Amino acid sequence: MSRMYPPFHLAALALVGATALLAGCAAAPTREDPFEPWNRAMYDVHQVVDGNVVKPLAEAYVKATPEPIRTGVSNFFGNIDDLFTGINNVLEGRGDQAGDDFGRVLLNSTFGMLGVLDLASMMGINKDHKDFGITFGKWGAPQGPYLFIPLFGPTTVRDGTGALVRVLISPLGYIRDVPVRNSIYGVNYVDTRAQALSAESVLDTAALDRYRFLRNAYLKNRRYQVYEGKPPPEDDEDATAPAPAAGSTAPAPTK
Amino acid sequence: MSRSIASTLWLTLTLALATALAQAQEAPDALVKRVAEETLGAIRADKDLQAGNPAKVKQLIESKLVPHFDTARMTALAVGKNWRSATPEQQKQLTEQFQTLLIRTYSNALTNYRDNKMNYKPLRMNSGDADVVVRTEVTRPGQAPVQIDYSMEKMPDGWKAYDVVVAGVSLVTNYRDEFNDLVRSSGIDGLIKALAEKNKGPVPK
Repeated sequence: MSRMYPPFHLAALALVGATALLAGCAAAPTREDPFEPWNRAMYDVHQVVDGNVVKPLAEAYVKATPEPIRTGVSNFFGNIDDLFTGINNVLEGRGDQAGDDFGRVLLNSTFGMLGVLDLASMMGINKDHKDFGITFGKWGAPQGPYLFIPLFGPTTVRDGTGALVRVLISPLGYIRDVPVRNSIYGVNYVDTRAQALSAESVLDTAALDRYRFLRNAYLKNRRYQVYEGKPPPEDDEDATAPAPAAGSTAPAPTK
Repeated sequence: MSRSIASTLWLTLTLALATALAQAQEAPDALVKRVAEETLGAIRADKDLQAGNPAKVKQLIESKLVPHFDTARMTALAVGKNWRSATPEQQKQLTEQFQTLLIRTYSNALTNYRDNKMNYKPLRMNSGDADVVVRTEVTRPGQAPVQIDYSMEKMPDGWKAYDVVVAGVSLVTNYRDEFNDLVRSSGIDGLIKALAEKNKGPVPK
């Protein structure tokens, strides 16, 4: 079954690439988001489906489930994240960090009851986050056009490819019992959505245009992760504009 | 008699001056730590703040946080190249509106993330530096830590933050392209109006 994916995926990528070229010829909204009109439409679709179904479900889950249980659920899936963080740290040649990650998985999977307890964090082995999108970026893959995918969220061609790779090799995929597996996927989804509720609330307060605020933040954050917290300065036409003088020329803020 | 009054006065003045100087010379990392701990401490001690009482949270932020931010410079950075073409009156209005937006965002973030723990990283700074980055890290149970960096500048009345960068995302420059577009389509006044409208709406829960 999984054999079918790579060629299909390549075809999809080629299609996306070709569309990117075509869109590039037209008046492209921005370099990083050539499909902005399409993405905005997808964002609107997402808002409707998420706002009417997924978000209420996540809120109901938070309300109905005691916090220790929710933490256990998050930890269980977080343990699988740690496994992939370790794999990606190996792929990036960061053996020291990978050792910590695999140590966490080993400890939490056994004494932490399949990851439900995050004993490793209590013992001071810190959690890290790496994924295939970051690894591809470190290997030099360009991020490609920004994409907003309904019920998945902001991504890019590179990061979306990384997410697909992960789905294809996830340990959850080896669960034979289909109803059980699908239930776990469902809980995983609701748990992830519930964890995003706080951030979403902050985004709602901060953003004038939510689509754009989210896109800018997503792209900056991913760049930051690829460069391990030390991104080089960008070629930003505005960066030179006001800077230090502005503080002194501006009127004093109301105090 | 009058001499003792004079000397008392002199002593008081000296003390006041010394305190003011000490405040002004508080190192940027110490300042961030003190302000953060005081703010979080105030929230932990007050049930209304924990429940997110909007008026109280706003009051807390205005008294504890705003004095340590250079909001005019933050606004200038967010507006970008168009800042210079704005009149002083427009700059004042932009700053007021943007400050309100930041306060609302902070109120929401504080209410949502009050249980997090902050770690402070060692500051790399040479004597005579007037612009530094104070690095902190927020840890949440079961999550990878989030880095929060404060860009700070030395001002006559102490160090002030002019940018806050959360996991690589600047809360100031993240607005820039959007503000640019608003200015292009409806001018500086259009941007002021859009900010004011946004600030009029309710703060999401």
